[in-house]
Amino acid sequence: MTVSVELPVLGRTTPDMSREEVIAHIKEGARLIRRKDLTLVANARMGHLGGEFSITDVLATLYLHILNVTPENLHDPERDRLILSKGHAACALYTTLAAAGLLDVADLETFVQPESRLNGHPNRLYVDAVEANTGPLGHGLPIAVGQAIAAQLDGSPRRVFVLTGDGELQEGSNWEALMFAAQRGLANLCVVADRNRLQQGATTEDTNDLTPLDDKARAFGMEVVDVDAHDIGALLDAFAAVPAASGKPTFIIAHSHKGHPISFMSDAVAWHHKLPTDAEVEQALAELEALA
Amino acid sequence: MTAIAEANPLYDCRDAFADVLTELGEADERVVAVVNDSVGSSKLGGFAKRFPERIINVGIAEQNQVGVAAGLEGGGRLPIVSCAGSFLSARAMEQVKIDAAYSYRHMVLTAQSPGLAYGQLGSTHHSAEDVAWMRVIPNMTVIVPADPVETAAAVRWAVTEHDGPVYIRISRMKVPAVHADDYVFTPGRATTLRDGDDLTIITNGTVLHRALAAADALAQEGIRARVLSMACVKPLDEDAVLSAARETGRIITAEEGLAAGGLGGAVAELVTANQPVPVKRIGIPDTFAPTGSEGWLMDHWGISADGITAAAEELLA
Repeated sequence: MTVSVELPVLGRTTPDMSREEVIAHIKEGARLIRRKDLTLVANARMGHLGGEFSITDVLATLYLHILNVTPENLHDPERDRLILSKGHAACALYTTLAAAGLLDVADLETFVQPESRLNGHPNRLYVDAVEANTGPLGHGLPIAVGQAIAAQLDGSPRRVFVLTGDGELQEGSNWEALMFAAQRGLANLCVVADRNRLQQGATTEDTNDLTPLDDKARAFGMEVVDVDAHDIGALLDAFAAVPAASGKPTFIIAHSHKGHPISFMSDAVAWHHKLPTDAEVEQALAELEALA
Repeated sequence: MTAIAEANPLYDCRDAFADVLTELGEADERVVAVVNDSVGSSKLGGFAKRFPERIINVGIAEQNQVGVAAGLEGGGRLPIVSCAGSFLSARAMEQVKIDAAYSYRHMVLTAQSPGLAYGQLGSTHHSAEDVAWMRVIPNMTVIVPADPVETAAAVRWAVTEHDGPVYIRISRMKVPAVHADDYVFTPGRATTLRDGDDLTIITNGTVLHRALAAADALAQEGIRARVLSMACVKPLDEDAVLSAARETGRIITAEEGLAAGGLGGAVAELVTANQPVPVKRIGIPDTFAPTGSEGWLMDHWGISADGITAAAEELLA
């Protein structure tokens, strides 16, 4: 069964919106992004819905409100940057970019088809709004650090965000990069760790325990912020505090639920790259409809 | 020591690298050097003093080093990564593949003290495999300069004329100047330094002057060896290789790296598919090195004037 749903181009929030309107815009955006993402993955029979849904609210908040990235300034060196280090969540990124007007909505239907620009992991040579080729874990943070140093050398206020998985933090390259981010005083860098506590095969704690993640990040010289990754207002506040007054790089621990908010996916380790049955697609769409 | 080396002053190519980097830094403020606690071993003290803000020292963290350089490129900079060849190639291999090559970033990766330069330190510090590994990565240009002139020319080309990832070996093992001061590096083009039609020696890097000495020794025996200086392993000068195969019928490759997979591998693959002739590959064999200095190891494995001469005699026997 092929299910197709519409995704309107929502665009960024506008300066005249109240905080409540901004939150409502992002919330509705995230709902529509998840709905589209679900059908794209179901139809393509490939994707990582659990990890995509755990970061959808973060991506929607960033692209629909926080980042100064628009179709007009996409190639402006002074734009903010976002690097999706957990590249397997590519479909959530593509769908969010389309909702923000940074990728043609019609392209979404080609996801992972032969010759498509939308590879199963992001490729910056195919999609202008993609900032780094990712997929193998532990690559995004060092690249983000380099981007932040470039901004520092330019004396530019542009900010660099990098979204990593929590299991991904088991890769040593991240800790090399964190150590160096603090050394360079990269206040323009914001690391968002998607803390859904699940990796491909089990919980992070049953695999290679990350706790205490906050203390570790703090010990590496970061300004640590804990936030509910599904509370748009809390995300807005956390991102608005970048660069931190302390002058340190920010490390946001975004506490999320893999598969959120779908009842049968949420917090279920199986939904790393599991594909939904037709009945599951219908149920998930109904659950997302109920949130409207 | 070959006769050519004895008759000429010897150079450490790192000096040429450091000089050209300072020149490039003066000309373009986007130029940054990304080092891993390797300012001294890259001889970049002068660059660091001249451009203190543009020496990015990540410490002892090579994966981060290549990733940071990729990010700097994304932020509009021209990063030159300087790292011992053994660690740049092996330790940061995935970053080289993904962040530099697959992402098509304009990054110059310089492999300091490559091959057997750290002789006695053992195989942990030898970058025997680097040329073979780099050669098989799409988008990657691979250059093994033979002397200070070629080193400077290759780095200058990679920074100012190329757009994409480049891997360049910077040798510390002293070599005589072989190329004229007005030498211009051209990617994918070999230089014919001796003509001949009995066989062809294809080589680069620290082996070039050894090959010229071998050609001189062979000339004493009436054997006319063509010598191709093949700094650019990728893209390879296919015309020069196939002409050599056609016109001389026998080829020897000699390099300060694995006998398999690198320059020798590239030449053998091309010749086998297009103009099959015997190809004798001289280089590091499929083994970890015994303890010994770089010079001793080169002689031990026949990556030397005597070794090349003997191989030629064998091919012609």
